[in-house]
Amino acid sequence: MSSLTFILFRLAPGDPTINFLSPSFNEETRAALMKSFGLDKPLWEQYFIYMGNLLQGNLGQSFLQGKPVAVLLADALPNTVLLTLVSLTAAYAFGIVAGAFLAFHRGGLVEAVSIPAALATRAAPEFWLGMLLLAGLAFQTGWFPTGGALSPGREMNSFAERFMSGDFWWHLALPALTLMLYLQGLPLLLMRATMLEVLNDEFIVMAKMKGLSRWSVVMRHAARNALLPVVTAFALGLGASIGGNVVVETVFAWPGIGRVLVTAVQSADYPLAQGAFILIAASLVTMNTLADLAYAALDPRVSVGAKR
Amino acid sequence: MLRWTRECRSVRSVSAGLRFLRAEPFAAGGGAIYATIVLVAIFADRLAPYPPKAILRVGARVARYLPMSSDHWLGTTSSGRDVLSQLIWGTRAALAVGLTAAVAVVAIGTVLGLLSGYLGGWVDRVITWFADIVLGLPFLPSMLVLASLTRPGTTVVIISVAGLLWPNTARVIRSQVLSLRERAWVEAARVTGCSTGRIMFVHVLPQVLPLAALYGSVAIGWAILAEASASFLGFGDPDMMSWGVMLQEAYANQALSRGAWNWFAPPGAALMAMVLAGFLISRGSEKLLFPKLADQ
Repeated sequence: MSSLTFILFRLAPGDPTINFLSPSFNEETRAALMKSFGLDKPLWEQYFIYMGNLLQGNLGQSFLQGKPVAVLLADALPNTVLLTLVSLTAAYAFGIVAGAFLAFHRGGLVEAVSIPAALATRAAPEFWLGMLLLAGLAFQTGWFPTGGALSPGREMNSFAERFMSGDFWWHLALPALTLMLYLQGLPLLLMRATMLEVLNDEFIVMAKMKGLSRWSVVMRHAARNALLPVVTAFALGLGASIGGNVVVETVFAWPGIGRVLVTAVQSADYPLAQGAFILIAASLVTMNTLADLAYAALDPRVSVGAKR
Repeated sequence: MLRWTRECRSVRSVSAGLRFLRAEPFAAGGGAIYATIVLVAIFADRLAPYPPKAILRVGARVARYLPMSSDHWLGTTSSGRDVLSQLIWGTRAALAVGLTAAVAVVAIGTVLGLLSGYLGGWVDRVITWFADIVLGLPFLPSMLVLASLTRPGTTVVIISVAGLLWPNTARVIRSQVLSLRERAWVEAARVTGCSTGRIMFVHVLPQVLPLAALYGSVAIGWAILAEASASFLGFGDPDMMSWGVMLQEAYANQALSRGAWNWFAPPGAALMAMVLAGFLISRGSEKLLFPKLADQ
């Protein structure tokens, strides 16, 4: 995977130093700069240096900002993770409750309205949902800030200080709401479908025959089993939305990994774009693996070692 | 005689289609949305009240940020262009991108799924391994990277959608072919001396086409969303009159702070309607293709 990204990024057209240098620099300083970034070496040598550094956790220097890529990514990652966690948790809490509710009220008006509505939120472009919320709740009413992670002029020195401040959470609200709206459709539909499936299972009939209350049957027997696929989807969603936040982070100018990737790609800052891409891809793969493990841990009927 | 059966069959399939639409209001709704979009796209040049890129003037001044009126049903943009006309022309871009990408996804996914499911062995292992790698790539970031490496534009969007979405179709087709392969009529074909290629593409392929079409209808939606996101992030083709480009222009030209809802709300709603149509159709036809799920 990392080899692939290396090859891809080096094939890119355009000279990265063009952005970095002012036109007044002469050929000599340009060559010196190329040398300081190691760009004068043959491609295969660059590759081995890159892979060696990667294995040591060294992602190189940003062409444009002159800081180590790892530092820039470490600044952005907490913002993305927090945004993702908050919105995913809210989306799944809502989706699970609403999906279980819908599984009981089958047919009729509730279903006829809510299912297309849930599908519609999944069909809407994320960034457009964000634009609607931004125009309505930030620009017109002034209830929420219009972008960024902190009010202008505010500096935060440490992570702790930043995440404890109300200002930060106030900025987080709209992007998180956008993502939540976009993400709640999947758990809702999934929960509803698995609830319906589980409610037909024999052990539910058994529980009803034992004379247990409706509440106990639904919550203690059905919902627990229906949650399995939803938990898996949560883990998958966590991995996927760290990369999928790209557009929402751009709309709200949220300083996360996705935005780092977009700006780095736009300005041909390859080491930074490469690092951000690898981080996003790695979190996707990690969360996919975790989802498999979680599924096996929660459902003893599935075992990881068994041949599927 | 042959012609008679054929006509009879086509009449039957039309009436079956009508019955299906009545039984599946979701699918019928999705079909209606698609039909509207296709019609609008065909007659775009007649329906649009103004040329989509014409800079309109009121007297000597450029008609910027006009609100909704009888002259401009959806108002005008910051550069004095008619929003409704852009919206109408956007259907052509959406259909072009959506259909091309969907056909590509379905073609690649079906052929690879068929090869992998029917041939098995190392072919299957290589294709499955490759599909797993592609599924591990984050969709939008990969598309951005691809777009930045080549010239940004519609072609890159279509290539990345096709290159990144085929594994989903291939997986489903593969598992379907695995079960079809064991059926008696495949055996019968083999006994009569059909070549492997003939069995795969003449006998098995038609059986999986409905399933492939189902994935295609969802892929249309994905492709259009992908194009919109790419355009919004500045990696699309700025010369194409697409809904994504409209949204990007609106966002970049302070439509939000000006509260110009007439400008940025319609393109997103159109995108949503078109993607939703794909979802609705696939949901409706799932019940037709997989009757076992219908009683849930």
